Amino acid sequence: MIKEYVMASLRHERLIEAAPQDVWNIVRRPQSITDWFPGVASCRVDGRRRVLTLATGLEVPEEILSVDEGLRRFAYRIVAPAYKFHLGTIDVLSVGAHSLCVYSTTAEPDTLALIIAGATIGALEEIKRQAESWRAVSRERGQE
Amino acid sequence: MARGLARAWARVAVGRKILFITTDQQRYDTVGANGGTLARTPVIDRLAAEGIRYTRCQPTSVVCMPSRASMLTGQYPSTHGVWMNGVALPIDAPSVAEELHDLGYATALIGKAHFEPFLDPFGRFVENSLATLGVATLEQPWFGGRRGVHRGFDHLEFATHGVLGPLHYARWMRERHPEALGGFYAVLDGDLNVNDEGGGDNGAPQVKFNDVPPEWYHTNWVADRTIEWLESQPDDGDWFCWMSFPDPHHPWDPPASELGRVNWRDVELPINYPEAAQQRESLLDQKARHWRAWYDGRVVSNYEAPAKWVPATMTANQVREVNALNAVEVELIDEAIGRVLANLSRRGRLEDVDVFFTSDHGELQGDFGLLFKGPYHVDGLLRLPMIWRPAPSSAPRAAVVTTPVSLVSLAATFLDVAGRSAPEWVEGEVLPSSDEQVACSRDRATVTEWDSSLFGVDVHLRTVVTREYLYTQYGNGTMHDGSEGELYDLRDDPLQRVNLFNDPARRAARDELAQRLLEHQDRPSPRARPGDLVAPV
Repeated sequence: MIKEYVMASLRHERLIEAAPQDVWNIVRRPQSITDWFPGVASCRVDGRRRVLTLATGLEVPEEILSVDEGLRRFAYRIVAPAYKFHLGTIDVLSVGAHSLCVYSTTAEPDTLALIIAGATIGALEEIKRQAESWRAVSRERGQE
Repeated sequence: MARGLARAWARVAVGRKILFITTDQQRYDTVGANGGTLARTPVIDRLAAEGIRYTRCQPTSVVCMPSRASMLTGQYPSTHGVWMNGVALPIDAPSVAEELHDLGYATALIGKAHFEPFLDPFGRFVENSLATLGVATLEQPWFGGRRGVHRGFDHLEFATHGVLGPLHYARWMRERHPEALGGFYAVLDGDLNVNDEGGGDNGAPQVKFNDVPPEWYHTNWVADRTIEWLESQPDDGDWFCWMSFPDPHHPWDPPASELGRVNWRDVELPINYPEAAQQRESLLDQKARHWRAWYDGRVVSNYEAPAKWVPATMTANQVREVNALNAVEVELIDEAIGRVLANLSRRGRLEDVDVFFTSDHGELQGDFGLLFKGPYHVDGLLRLPMIWRPAPSSAPRAAVVTTPVSLVSLAATFLDVAGRSAPEWVEGEVLPSSDEQVACSRDRATVTEWDSSLFGVDVHLRTVVTREYLYTQYGNGTMHDGSEGELYDLRDDPLQRVNLFNDPARRAARDELAQRLLEHQDRPSPRARPGDLVAPV
């Protein structure tokens, strides 16, 4: 009955009716996070370092670990002192002609994992909205 | 029970204002009118004497967010979708305040709302943004596709259990009285878990001597802000004002100047706290296994108690001190309510005001050797104070209602007071104004739900309470296989010490109660999708 893990590891995903590359194009640029992560007001990117400013004014320093175009995987970690550990990954997988976008959060303390992972749900919704809107616009233009 | 009964004795169906007073985590037996002896509550006692006192009112959930969402929506958690703290009520969920707003009522909520999570660094929720924005409300989607003021409230001013965070009270304290901030207990620790740091004279968790002057304490801030809003209302306007005190919820850090009201050294131990550990453990061992597991520190099933605290370490003097501080907080609330009512009375406005007083859930407060709250459905958490003092202009009859009632009935009752029948989405029925009103119908039963899933520990239970029994059924979870339960005969065992779940002589009663839970589960109400857990609280 005692917890059988070292830290909280949470995952959310959305099936998106858009091509994987189109979804990946939304998330692949580190500075684009302000476009699709609700509550991220601004960000500064300097090499592998990214600093987010949240809507509450809180600053969150991060390190970009991987932007893998082949795997369509974005990995980063929050390096704020409140976190003993954090790893965030966004994977865009191919499901037929559509995509599965998976946003994973592993962090200690557990409570912070829950808060960050909770916010990623809103991010996934926005990624899905943008990708599917883009697809709709593309189709419309194609028909024209 | 038929809707509209409240109107049967109402002289006028409209023109009645509603003052809805809630506290947070207050037990039934902390009120003098309910037999409480520790705190003096003359104001609440007078409301009870003049109105209707309910002796068994039950929440739909024993934690804040689901229970408060039920008050607003008139729905059970499994309908409105807020199944646990940390799950936000959808922005366009049904709201009794929207209905009252439609009827022309001015609407306010002052104090603790908690329909949306507190821990919100991204600033995604309206409750956490209003104080910063400096506006009384925002336009948002309403249930049914319309738009209007946030959840139906024209005016919102928020407070919670301390001085951290973005809410109005915390901001006011930081701006006006920064020198007093350090007196408050830090509710969360560095890991954002509920703090287990001990304080006071006995080192009890969530206790601290707080040198804040009483006039700056959140209880009085809530009353002051309520008075100011009420005074701003026109003479001929109807209003609905939800005055929501954050106390006596932990932390127990009332103004130190008030501690002399109740000396912990004089406090008798709760009747359900046997001082001998062996006796406590023997009681816990009769219950489902997670009770003893939490007591021994082998499992933490939910966020609402300190994760690092082991209940078995709690001493008798810690229990005494927590109960004393709780009583001090209850007395401060009683006096604050008295100030609000006196203001209305002085201005000749009390005649047309229906006053409701209740709490969102209880507190274990030492029962069975436990503190705080969790999936432990016994009276400490399940039995709430509930008083309805109808407007004197409606010529009400004082009554004591012993039939079980639920907070889910509040929305329908508010609408009934306002002269409107409840819309389809309201699940609760109008509160009875006497036992006679329910005597001819099947004995009423009330249901409390619990679903939690936190870091690998899942717990699910449903409890039904009748006049005779308190029955809990556990669903499949981390610690239960779905075959466990608890059955207490409230007539012979009002303290819920003897679990009759496996008593063959009670099989028929158990089957009937299980059937009632099945009926609750299969009720035809359209359900919202269970919300996402996006924060611990």
